[in-house]
Amino acid sequence: MSQLDLARLQFAMTSIYHFLFVPVTIGLGFLTALLQTAWHRTGLADYLRLTKFFGTLLLINVAVGVVTGLVQEFQFGMDWSVYSRTVGDVFGAPLAMEGLAAFFLESTFLGLWVFGWDRLPKRVHLATIWAVALGGALSAAFIMAANSWMQHPVGYTVNPTTGRPQLNDVWKLFTNPVFLRGYLHVLLASVVTGAVVMLAVSAWQLRKGRAPLVFHASARLSLVVLVPTILVAMLVGSELGVTEGKYQPMKIAGAEAQWTTCQPCSFSLIQVGGGKNDETPTKIVEIPHLLSLLATNHWNGKVLGLNTVQSQYEAQFGPGSYVPNIFIQYWAMRVMAYLAVVVLLVGLWGLWLLLRRRLSGAKVFQRVATWAVVLPFLMNTAGWLLTESGRQPWIVQGLQLTRNAVSPSISTTTVAISILVFFVLYAALAVVEIVLMARFARREPAAPTSELPQPAPVY
Amino acid sequence: MALATFWYILTAVLWTGFFVLEGFDLGVGLLHTVVARDEPGRRAAIGTIGPLWDGNEVWLIVAAAAMFAAFPGWYATLFSGYYLVLVLVLVGLILRGVSFEFRDKVERSGWRRTWETTLTVGSLLVPFFLGVMLGGMLHGIPIGQDQEFSGTFADLFSGYAVFTGVTLVLLCLLHGAVFLTLRTTGTVRGRARLLARRIAPVTALAVLAFLPWTHSTAGKGVLPSIMQLIAVLLVLAAAWLVTAGHEGWAFTATTLTIATCVLSVFVDLYPHLIVSSTNQAYDITVSNAASGNYALKVISVVAIVLLPVVLAYQGWSYHVFWRRVSPETYDGGAAQPAK
Ligand code: HDD
Ligand code: HEM
Repeated sequence: MSQLDLARLQFAMTSIYHFLFVPVTIGLGFLTALLQTAWHRTGLADYLRLTKFFGTLLLINVAVGVVTGLVQEFQFGMDWSVYSRTVGDVFGAPLAMEGLAAFFLESTFLGLWVFGWDRLPKRVHLATIWAVALGGALSAAFIMAANSWMQHPVGYTVNPTTGRPQLNDVWKLFTNPVFLRGYLHVLLASVVTGAVVMLAVSAWQLRKGRAPLVFHASARLSLVVLVPTILVAMLVGSELGVTEGKYQPMKIAGAEAQWTTCQPCSFSLIQVGGGKNDETPTKIVEIPHLLSLLATNHWNGKVLGLNTVQSQYEAQFGPGSYVPNIFIQYWAMRVMAYLAVVVLLVGLWGLWLLLRRRLSGAKVFQRVATWAVVLPFLMNTAGWLLTESGRQPWIVQGLQLTRNAVSPSISTTTVAISILVFFVLYAALAVVEIVLMARFARREPAAPTSELPQPAPVY
Repeated sequence: MALATFWYILTAVLWTGFFVLEGFDLGVGLLHTVVARDEPGRRAAIGTIGPLWDGNEVWLIVAAAAMFAAFPGWYATLFSGYYLVLVLVLVGLILRGVSFEFRDKVERSGWRRTWETTLTVGSLLVPFFLGVMLGGMLHGIPIGQDQEFSGTFADLFSGYAVFTGVTLVLLCLLHGAVFLTLRTTGTVRGRARLLARRIAPVTALAVLAFLPWTHSTAGKGVLPSIMQLIAVLLVLAAAWLVTAGHEGWAFTATTLTIATCVLSVFVDLYPHLIVSSTNQAYDITVSNAASGNYALKVISVVAIVLLPVVLAYQGWSYHVFWRRVSPETYDGGAAQPAK
């Protein structure tokens, strides 16, 4: 493997890992804020118990989310120095804003929330958890603005002497259509993730029959949030396909392994082949018109084939292959979409049980809902693979190739060492994290009256 | 004033803010097993920084992001050149960050020992290797014509750079020990006071050597700059105040000592960002690494609006938690504090 491949591997590994925790932070943070608000409004002790119970899970998760974010922040310079030097003028701005606007907010108020239970007035304390939730959502906004610029660069001019892009309209970064939809999709995906985690834990607890009333309340909350959110997430997701078709036609063609331009275009549920040397895959189940609809919003829309875009790009950017990894594109898209349907069905099933007041006794559902916890993580990872791998060979679409972006000063050995170090560290953290999460998810929630000891003021 | 210079100053201030604030966190991390032998004491020691460390660490993140946005060339060369050093810094930050959260989650002493070790090791790696990097920018590292690092791992460890790392570790130790005397009670406080007294002279000596070395490394002679003179006075004052037992003032003095030490590196560095030991012409400087004027304007507006807000709420959170934490609170209490 070259130093380039290793750098990509490292970036993929650490980003995917970071994004296992991020959506839980954003989603569960929001839901915990809802629980505490419910306690504030109703005064029911059950909500307080739930707030603390899920708050503990949130904190265990945030610990790893935060430390893996640090790696992300440093990595652009470490592995992609030419990239950083070239596009820092544009790309650096949203990152700096993220730190100033979001990370300070999130971390400071999280400290206030965790340690402020008996130091702050109730209302102020409630506000701190909302500030944490806001911080999470803001941080996603800035990072998505940065990432969307890599997918569809806007708001810049190329400096004639240095040949580097320079920011000339910051507003365009935040009205980039790729950003607006992508951000919405990520927020919704995060809430889905948080809701599924809450549902899974509640279902497990219901099955064990501990504090059934308490966990019935959290199961209800998670179901009520989950079902509409995933529906909207799916709708926004299909809009993303249209946006992609417009700005990154390679991606959408890759996701269907569509080598030739078609009109109308069908969508295959499963197919065999379709890679580089097999341009006529065997489609096992085909749905007519669906690809046209997804990629263009029109029943008979035209979708450009990989070969068509390839020759367009060769004319525009010179010889070379501009086709991403088709296997990843095709299956990432399907994993996300199919699993979305599965989660939606689980949600609807739960909602139906809830309405018929049979949720507490539905053992099969409780088992299924517990295991469903893995699904959002698979969907999120698949979604990012679709986005990032589909951009290849570009690191910034149309502006810079990934292979021209890597740090020239680092050797294969250097990157290999760091991959090894992070791999071992991340694996160990994953084990601890899972053990702790499972341990605390299976605890009985603290009794409503027990006053936990606090670092007491001395003077 | 040119915007690029403004951002140079702001970046220096962010780094300084990080070392001042995280400085005592790191010190507490290094000392928590020394100031307390028993569980309640250790909890109290860690409890003094529990609510604060994460917000302090963000200063580092923002310092890095500010370099990226305002001086892409600085960020790119420095971070890729110091690749393995930064891996060690990151390992330190990761170990530290999770220790706080994980340590209290399982009531077993082996488990706790593990996370105490990671907290201590992490708290050592971070200031030392960041110090090596800070010193290296001034001392110079091999940089080629393409502005990329062209040396080897060993080139990063000049005598001066290593000594910068050592000085920072000592400063963190003193800062942390004084912080603990201010924020704890009982035996923990007593031990912290004793430690502070022992560490103070060593740190003062290191700083007294560090400042002229910095100045001569920058090629500006051994006569100190004004900033360095102030730093000298401050570190002497700190050592005296610690010994005399004026804790509040001692903390003020250590705070200002760290600030002036870090700032004096940046003062001597200007207008360079990283000195090239290969050829003066390849130095990374404020003018050849800065972003365009429009980008600088945008982030200036954002920083000028947001930084005061950040300072306000961080200040408020310090106010909320500025009380002593006493070991007795944790006696017999098996449950985790605060939640
Ligand atoms: C729980 C999570 C979740 C769910 C239910 C869905 N997605 Fe998704 N999807 C993501 C989580 C996600 C993500 C991880 O958040 C991504 C990665 C990048 C992004 O913007 O969001 C993503 C990206 C993403 C992209 C790529 C955008 C780009 O390349 O810029 C497309 C085309 C879709 N999604 C389409 C869909 C469709 C058609 C869905 C419904 C069936 C769907 N998503 C459900
Ligand atoms: C939103 C902020 C993000 C930015 C700015 C970003 C940027 C980058 C960069 C610089 C690379 C390396 C060059 C390349 O191989 O394309 C990359 C690759 C990659 N990123 Fe992202 N990324 C972001 C988010 C994510 C997230 C959250 C994930 C995963 C969960 C992710 C997954 C990947 C993967 C899998 C690759 C490797 C793609 C390949 O090499 O084929 N990215 N991204």
